[in-house]
This record gives sequence, C-alpha cells and structure tokens, in this order.
Amino acid sequence: MKTRHLRLGLCGLALTVMLTGCVTPYDYTNFRAHPPRSILVLPPLNESTAIEGTYGYLSTVTMPLAEMGYYVYPVVVVDQFMKENGLPTAGEMHQAPLDKIRDIFGADAVLYVTLKQYGTKYQVINSATIVTLYAKLVDTQTGLVLWEGTATAQQNSSGSGNIFADLVVAAVSQAVNSSTDQAHDVSRMANTMLLKTKDHGLLYGPYYPKDKQ
Amino acid sequence: MEAGETVSNTRVKLLPLLLAVPLLITGCQSPYVYHWGHYEDLVYVTYAKPGKLPPEAQVLKMEEDLQKAASANKPVPPGFHAYLGYLDYQMGKPDLARQEFEKEKVQFPESTVFMDCMMTNLVTK
Repeated sequence: MKTRHLRLGLCGLALTVMLTGCVTPYDYTNFRAHPPRSILVLPPLNESTAIEGTYGYLSTVTMPLAEMGYYVYPVVVVDQFMKENGLPTAGEMHQAPLDKIRDIFGADAVLYVTLKQYGTKYQVINSATIVTLYAKLVDTQTGLVLWEGTATAQQNSSGSGNIFADLVVAAVSQAVNSSTDQAHDVSRMANTMLLKTKDHGLLYGPYYPKDKQ
Repeated sequence: MEAGETVSNTRVKLLPLLLAVPLLITGCQSPYVYHWGHYEDLVYVTYAKPGKLPPEAQVLKMEEDLQKAASANKPVPPGFHAYLGYLDYQMGKPDLARQEFEKEKVQFPESTVFMDCMMTNLVTK
C-alpha cells in the first residue's frame, strides 16, 4: 500500500516547463551600448486576479538579478519610499519619470515587470499553478529598452485515474497550496526561465564572478 | 487518514526536488555568490503576513544571517544592509540606521545616491 501511494505521488505531480518559442537570438545592441551596474526593481503591475501576486512576486526577484551580477536596490525600502512620496500603487510607480528615478536612486536601469498570470486553478482532482511574466529593462539616462522578455512557468498536479486516491491527493495538495502560496515558488521558476534562457535572457552584470563566465 | 498521511509525506519529500528544478534548467551547480539567509523570506513575510514579524524580530534574524555570512566568508546580498538600516529606522534608532546605510555604500557604491537620500531623511524626521 505504501509503495503504491509513493508511486502515485510521483506520477501525479507533473512539472511542465514551457519556454517561449523564439528562434532568433535577442538583439543586445542597446544593452551592450549602455550596460547597467544597478537595477531598480519596481513592484510588478498585476494583471492577474490574485492580489497577493504583486508582493508574492516581488520577494523572488532580488536573488536571481543579484546572483547575475547586478546591484539590486532593496525592494521593500524602495516600495515604502515611493509610497511615502505620493506613489501608492505599482501602476503609479511605473509612471514615475526616469530622470526623477535617476536623481533619487542613482539607478542605471529600471526593471518593469508585469504579471500576466499568477495563481493556482483548481478542478476537482487537478490543479495548475501558473506564473506568466513580461519584463522590460529600461536605461534611466536614455529611456532605451535595454532588454525585454517573457516567460511562463506552470506546475501541474494531475489525477492518476484512481478517483479515491486522487481525491486524497487533491485534498492534501489544496491544503499545502493554500498554506504556502505555491505561485510564489513557481515565480522563482519563471524568473529563471525569463533571465537565464540562452540567447534571450539577461546578460551578466559587473559583480558576476569572472571565473564563472 | 493513514493514506492521507502517506501522500502528504511524499509531497514533502518532493519539495526539495521542485526547488532544484531552476538549478537543473541552467545547468549551474556552483554555489551562490552571496549568503542570502532570510533576506527574501523577510520581504515575503513583510507583505504576505503583515505584523507577523515586527522589525525587532526581523533584525534578530538578519543579525543571525550576518554571523553566518561571516563564518561562511561570503558577502551579504545587495540591499541587505540598506534593509537592516530601514528596520533600525522604523524602530526609532537613527544612529544604527545610519551605520547600516554607510555599510551598504561601502559594499556597493551603486547605492550611494539612494543611501544619501535616506540619511537626509533621517535628519529631517
């Protein structure tokens, strides 16, 4: 009985990774002309129905950017600073003039992220957690788009055909999902796909160790 | 309930596998540049569960991270000292806040303009 359930668990949890199907490499001309050292990440515009997406996502983006070699401004401090200075929402922050951002933060570039999808969809015995991102890196001095990209990460939990076992899995997985905000974890996968996909991801920054390049 | 518990255990064991997937995609096995500790978890908790971890509790976790980073001989990530300074400021300790903002500037000169701006705020408030 025990082995059977172990197997069910492994089969039931299928991980789907969907890479954007672009063929031609990204044109990095603008990026190479204005390579940034520092990136200001604003809270994302949230086009999903999950209000928790805005900050669930924001807490996953510092690590990948910093590990790629960039100075990343402290996301909470930036968010609070902007709120205290008359920009209470992500939408308003995304409208802030670039010259002001440069004056106040000294940032070389701003990363504008839009959450196209964020959250878990439940059916009776299945669930799918999906995060779809669009991101645009803009040079604060010239206003040029240095880089942009999209990515979708999806994690499925699907049935095995045995309705009784599946209902148990579904119940457990809903309990797990609601307590840990699964989309928050899937955001990390989406970031990896967005930033690290060969020929389309972000190029490495100045703090990236030379021996790793 | 026995069956439920078995499945639950299986899922728990699968979690590390899921977390490892981003690493597999990039094919990069090398360790992180920075010692991350609780930094991003604190960002998450601050917004997802407001009030659950007040500034005092967050500062304790970050001081723990600083010690671990030092013993691992790794730097703390960009924004770490700035955030710690921000927490000090919230706790009404502007002198400690200033020290942390200065540390952020030394570690990452890219932060200079913003840290100076934060320190000007300390004076005026």
